[in-house]
Amino acid sequence: MFDTILHVALLLLFPPLVVGVVQKTKAVFAGREGAPVLQPYFDLAKLMRKGAVYSRTTTWLFRAGPIVALAAALGAGLFVPLASSRAPIGFEGDVIAVAYLLGLGRFFTMAAALDTGSSFEGMGASREAAFAALAEPALFLAFAIVCVPAGSASFADAWRALPWRMWLEAHPELFAAALVLFAVLLAENSRMPVDDPNTHLELTMIHEVMVLDHSGPDLAFVLWASAVKLFVFAGLLVHLVLPIPAGWRGAGLFLIGLSVVALVVGIVESMMARLRLTRVPQFLVGASVLGAMGLLVALMERAG
Amino acid sequence: MLAIILAAVGLLCASAIVAALAARSDRFSLVVGSAGAIVACAGGTVASVAALLGGAHGRARTPFATPLGRLHVALDSLSAFFLLCVFLVSGLAALYGIGYLRGYRRRIAPAVACFNLLVASMATIVLASDAVLFLLAWEVMSVSSFFLVTFESDREDVRRAGLIYLVASHASAAVLCVLFVLFARATGSFELDAWAAPGAVPAWLANVAFLLAVVGFGAKAGFWPFHVWLPDAHPAAPSHVSAVMSGVMIKMGIYGLLRMIVTVGGSPPAWWGGLLIGLGAASGILGVLHALAQHDLKRLLAYHSVENIGIITLGIGLGLLGRSIGRPEVATLGLAGGLLHVLNHGLFKGLLFQGAGSVLHATGTREIDRLGGLYRRMPHTATTFLVGSVAISGLPPLNGFVSEWLIYVGAFRGAAAFPMAGTVGAVVVFVSLALIGGLASACFVKAFGVVFLGEARSAEAAEAHESGRPMLGAMWALAVLCAGLGLSATFGARLAAPAARLLAGPGAAVAGATLATRLSGNVVLVAAILVAMLAGLALLRKLLLAGRQVGAAPTWGCGYSEPTARMQYTARSFAQPVLAPFAMLFHRAAHVEAPAGVFPERAARDEHLEDRAQRVLFPAVRAFSAALSRLGFIERGRVQVYLAYVLLTLVALLVWQAVIGSP
Repeated sequence: MFDTILHVALLLLFPPLVVGVVQKTKAVFAGREGAPVLQPYFDLAKLMRKGAVYSRTTTWLFRAGPIVALAAALGAGLFVPLASSRAPIGFEGDVIAVAYLLGLGRFFTMAAALDTGSSFEGMGASREAAFAALAEPALFLAFAIVCVPAGSASFADAWRALPWRMWLEAHPELFAAALVLFAVLLAENSRMPVDDPNTHLELTMIHEVMVLDHSGPDLAFVLWASAVKLFVFAGLLVHLVLPIPAGWRGAGLFLIGLSVVALVVGIVESMMARLRLTRVPQFLVGASVLGAMGLLVALMERAG
Repeated sequence: MLAIILAAVGLLCASAIVAALAARSDRFSLVVGSAGAIVACAGGTVASVAALLGGAHGRARTPFATPLGRLHVALDSLSAFFLLCVFLVSGLAALYGIGYLRGYRRRIAPAVACFNLLVASMATIVLASDAVLFLLAWEVMSVSSFFLVTFESDREDVRRAGLIYLVASHASAAVLCVLFVLFARATGSFELDAWAAPGAVPAWLANVAFLLAVVGFGAKAGFWPFHVWLPDAHPAAPSHVSAVMSGVMIKMGIYGLLRMIVTVGGSPPAWWGGLLIGLGAASGILGVLHALAQHDLKRLLAYHSVENIGIITLGIGLGLLGRSIGRPEVATLGLAGGLLHVLNHGLFKGLLFQGAGSVLHATGTREIDRLGGLYRRMPHTATTFLVGSVAISGLPPLNGFVSEWLIYVGAFRGAAAFPMAGTVGAVVVFVSLALIGGLASACFVKAFGVVFLGEARSAEAAEAHESGRPMLGAMWALAVLCAGLGLSATFGARLAAPAARLLAGPGAAVAGATLATRLSGNVVLVAAILVAMLAGLALLRKLLLAGRQVGAAPTWGCGYSEPTARMQYTARSFAQPVLAPFAMLFHRAAHVEAPAGVFPERAARDEHLEDRAQRVLFPAVRAFSAALSRLGFIERGRVQVYLAYVLLTLVALLVWQAVIGSP
């Protein structure tokens, strides 16, 4: 029971913090003081207290988009390991459920973008669709590297079976899994080098341009949902790299790990330029290839 | 149960005959034909569900002899499952047809009669337990659906599609004849029971038969590259027929393949599963990519049938591989997922084709890029189409997710449990499913978004009207079924489980009799959590907005103040970046009118991504038929000459019998 409450508390409270750390890191790299780390919380609180403006072109789908995206992200958050390697809800196949829940959120975000009839938002939806489709196989290959040796497509079993001594012994496939997961994290959460969350030109955006027309609580839901999504991916990465015990100690270690992931995302973002759009598929296919190689190594280890 | 199902088939045939005889009054024949079809399908659906849950089996023979033995029907769990698909989807299509056919200004009685015959023939195929009845019903299915495809025969493209379809059907039937004759020669009987006797079919024949079945039944099912007829034929038919053809008829190919595997019996060699996984991955990925490249709504849906046949085949291939390797739990999961997807695809593809028909009915166009903004004019069509789109993309909490999820879980288990070569197969299954899933959502966001959302792109779309009650009733029923089978995933898995057990072999009864059903309970949990979250957040949004100012404004144009509907993103532009990495798989046909001069007056670019398989196979078929036309001199068009041919053949046969044939 305690573990469940801790899990839900982490899931509800900490996602915006990850975004805050990323932004602070970027500010420091750029030589600015930057907004406080808690700024994403202030933004959410402000937006929740505002009214909203809706385009006359839109239907209820436009209003449903942020709700579905947030519900799907929070739902996925219930299945992934956070404070301990066991999520409150786990079963065989939860790995797949998480990927598809995030897919559902994406479907409705893209549909809401097309609902406005704006060519810019259509463009964003189209790019999101293209890159998400290519990121999906990479994500499943990364999951497979962890799940196949454990013999079960469940986070709890797979993470329990992880050989934490991998940092001492040679387990190159787990490095590959971590790298692939990081690449998918960047792509799925519209970070550099796939998307630039801070660009000011609609033509160059992907995720941000899809949500141009949302305002007030809807925009808050959108921001919250993307924070939760980043949190879920970063959490998976932390669990892949560190053994997290249950209880308070685990929660502390987990939050430290999360901050490190956020720091790395911020550093990558500060040091890289966005890839040309035609190069992004190569980045994602490259991640898939790396994942396939990692899986092959995992299978050969099992066989030999 | 068999008696009720046979009565349903009888009622379908009888109402078809009455509808055909009463062709003078279209109204009367529509009423009689549709009522017969709906009553028969309702009865058949109930009976097949009862047979699946109660495990009722049965068989019957005709009391009279026909050439090559007495006709023989049998009901087992595999046939009961496919009967459920046939009756459920066809019954709702018949309801839809009442509204849809009225829109035609032509004789509709033949379409009504052929529709009922088509349904009856599909039910008979599934029931047939001897090769003669099977082939007879197969032929009735091909011919009745040919007449339905060419219903609008005054259109050139429809006639062309019909001819392609007829040639493809008969090429596949020819392969099946060879298959059945080989079996009959080896066993001396046309009965499936005789073929199923242990040791009746030698191993080499089983392998040859499997290959022939993959070609013959695969051509019907739409395996890549035998799918070439499908994207032309399915859109040409009236929409409720397209729904039945895509939702049910192509599954007859899957049924035939599965029946062949059950009949041959025993544990199949591992390469059978491997080949099916390869074909499934190719059909699934190429199918969805070609669907993305389409701008015609019904053609897009037709290519999605190729994709979904691919998913089904991935599940079946994984199941067979599991059986060969001796992993009954993987076999059960793969087969249960594949079979359940047969039913699920029938439901959502039926729904989507009916939605496309409703749009066509309302606007007169299938060009996605001429539509837009239909949500406000056709809310019911739009909402049900959205349900179908989410379901076909395999997203929770709807039914498509359940079957794909079962295949995924099986593939992960397979990857863990199989030896190396088998693992590669299992990995191919889940990686292809992941890619197909992402591309399918892209395609349906495109189709749904461009057709129903935004602003109308043409006058037709701006003046659209909602369809009538029978059509909406059928669509809502299918939408509710899609949601119902998603929210109560266990029930769907229970329906597919008996047939999966039959195919998975004797080991499955011990290892995984209820595995798929038990595991699918978790999907119900996911769906419940999701629904609860949605309800909670919707409430939260409502509370947050209560008492606040909610305004309406034009869409933010990024500083541009005079946008027009033509500036919206189109289906072509939406698909372009998705398809760009796969460009080499298509043949690009572009018509470019470059801007010329200092003040260019017009410029245009019209680009089509064409199917390479069609570009290779169609010329090959044309060359073959040109070669055969050299034999045209035999045809004199005079009865005397034909009688002479008959006489000559008889004499030749007599001589052959006298010289060689006598023992």
